Amino acid sequence: MKRFFLLSVFSAATLIPAMCQNGDPANGKKLFLRDGCYECHGYAGQGGAAGARIAAIGLNAQGLIRYVRAPGGQMPAYTDKVITDQELTDIHAYLQSMAKAKQPKDIPLLNALEKK
Amino acid sequence: MARSKKISVDRRGFLKGAAAGAAALVARPEAAKAQDAAEVHRPATPNPLPGAKQTASETTPPPHVDVWTTDRPGSDFMVDVIKTLGFEYVAANPGSAFRGIHESLINYGGNQAPELLTCLHEESSIAMAHGYYKIEGKPMMVMAHGTVGLQHASMAIYNAYADRVPVYLLLGNIQDGAWRRSDVEWAHSVQDAAAMVRDYTKWDDSPVSLGGFAESAVRAYKIATTPPMEPIVIVADAVLQEEPLTDADRAKLQIPKLTLASAPAGDYGAVKEAAKMLVNAESPTIIAGRVARTPEGIQLLVQLAETLQAPIIDKHFRMNFPTAHPLYGAGSIGGADVLLGLEVPDMWQNTHSQTPVNKMGMESKRITKPGAKVITIYAGDLFSKSNYQDFGRYDEVDLAIAADAQATLPILIDECRKLITPERKAVIQGRAAKLAEVSRRNRERDIEQAAWAWDASPVSTARMAAELWNQIKTEDWSLVSDLTFVSNWPGRLWDFDKPYHFIGGHGAYGVGYGAPAAVGAALANKKYGRISVNIQCDGDLNYAPGVLWTAAHHRIPMLNIMHNNRAYHQELMYVEDMAARARRGVDRAKIGTAIEDPNIDYAMMAKAYGMFSEGPIDNPNDLGPAIKRAIEVVKKGEPAMIDVVTQPR
Repeated sequence: MKRFFLLSVFSAATLIPAMCQNGDPANGKKLFLRDGCYECHGYAGQGGAAGARIAAIGLNAQGLIRYVRAPGGQMPAYTDKVITDQELTDIHAYLQSMAKAKQPKDIPLLNALEKK
Repeated sequence: MARSKKISVDRRGFLKGAAAGAAALVARPEAAKAQDAAEVHRPATPNPLPGAKQTASETTPPPHVDVWTTDRPGSDFMVDVIKTLGFEYVAANPGSAFRGIHESLINYGGNQAPELLTCLHEESSIAMAHGYYKIEGKPMMVMAHGTVGLQHASMAIYNAYADRVPVYLLLGNIQDGAWRRSDVEWAHSVQDAAAMVRDYTKWDDSPVSLGGFAESAVRAYKIATTPPMEPIVIVADAVLQEEPLTDADRAKLQIPKLTLASAPAGDYGAVKEAAKMLVNAESPTIIAGRVARTPEGIQLLVQLAETLQAPIIDKHFRMNFPTAHPLYGAGSIGGADVLLGLEVPDMWQNTHSQTPVNKMGMESKRITKPGAKVITIYAGDLFSKSNYQDFGRYDEVDLAIAADAQATLPILIDECRKLITPERKAVIQGRAAKLAEVSRRNRERDIEQAAWAWDASPVSTARMAAELWNQIKTEDWSLVSDLTFVSNWPGRLWDFDKPYHFIGGHGAYGVGYGAPAAVGAALANKKYGRISVNIQCDGDLNYAPGVLWTAAHHRIPMLNIMHNNRAYHQELMYVEDMAARARRGVDRAKIGTAIEDPNIDYAMMAKAYGMFSEGPIDNPNDLGPAIKRAIEVVKKGEPAMIDVVTQPR
């Protein structure tokens, strides 16, 4: 999955009825690695030049599914032929289980940059 | 010059004494050798008398053989010419077609100015010259075989061409078939040596006399260093190199005086028009491509930006603008009403959205605001070739000034200042605070993003950049690698402000450039005592890793940090895109793109080439101390490598 542009999908996501069972984060982790989500978004979902951060985002599973099926920007569409709604729900659960970043002020090297 | 095919024996140079005995031994018949062999197996006796045949062989004059020596080959004169051009170094992988010049450089020329650099691949030689120029601001000479050597070198030449970098390439060749001695020399000779790279060099010549060589060699230097700067090729014929040159003939040869051409500045009327558009703009924005050719280029760009309070969008092709400046990165294409592109090779790409990567075609749409004007100052408009398409899309612009941007900036700045009325000055100054706030927010956002995956393994590229910065920020440092493949983290976290702080990228995105360009740039930094830092992509290094040995052999101090993401990652993402598009096998993109199973041990590789190394490091907490230890090695004048297993980007 690539290059999420989340703002544009928030409103659409809320309109989609729940269609999947709760996600399995352990299976989501396997799928995250197997299907190459990390390639653009990083192993920790931190994002980078090739894709947006997807770790611990405020998007629900339906919103994620909606976006992956019809993404904007540079991300290709992933149809249900290559990844099912349930699998995306599992990936969403894994993304939600990821730890949020520390505050830069709590990381000495970044705190030094902030104070510059 | 005398050009007899069989030169008469020059007895002045004939080695006498021991060498004469050795020559006789070589000429001895087989029977005599057999006799000696038998004698070897006799019981040893004190002071044995020589046998009759041995005595005869040592006292009989040797059969006549032609012996070729000379005190002054033509290549000595070529070295005289080369020395007038002021090269510090010549990079070469040895090749028989330029053996004459090779010998003259190291003996007649004393291996100084230029000093010969031993390279293990011609692609490395060219890319070293490419990186060296970006620090030193002058060309390095490269020697290569006119056929097989040039074939190795060609991709690196194309990179230098697309990156507007002058590389001075001297090729060896045996032009005339009558002088070739063997099948090897026939296979290694070519009718038109430079033809293979003529599409991506600025000029070439194959002189057929030493006088012609002198003139062409000097002309080539001038052409290469006149903007737009590009690689050139001079073919040094092997016969010209190796045949003797008499003192009388040498006295007739002249080496022309080198006078460099000034860079072409823009037409005055056009520059005045550009100044008018910029001063009257409400939100002018500058896109910086390959602007700064010298340290003065950075100062001029700062002056222009501050005069107009125009933000800079830096393409990172050169060290153009200080990254901590409040105008750095504070603008957007869509927000500008006048865009000024300075040495931007593909302005179209900057003013249009990109077609999604998994679609072909030209679906891009203009992203500038309606009515926005576009101005370009571009030396590429003065020099075009057809075959290779690095010139990009046709730019629909409102004012195109065919000129060198840096040379044009002083006039443009003056004209802008003349046109700024008190009213315009108030408007211009009024946007300064807003732009500074955008710049501040950008930096704050970058630091917040760097915190994500801070403790992750593999190591995040943000963490790697921050750990490096922590160790080098108080040193006189130089980043001798690109930013593209590490999400631009050094550009986002470090303070770049000196001309040598950054060398830009490949030019034509030809992978394999990174390691040798870094070594060449680090070599240029060596005499200034700078700490050169190379963030080295793993896929790039594997094209010609022997350049690590060149760095170790020539004691080139540099810190190499492996960005070891264990893949040709850009291609991995592309294949993933294609699989998603084809709706199949998105789990198979690693096939043909991943560099794993087995993982390559880069620390061991560096050690094999004689370089200090540590790693692989996958715990981010181990990175800082390892970098510190490596810098201690670099400060002693040696290269070092830390292998870091990293996040993809």
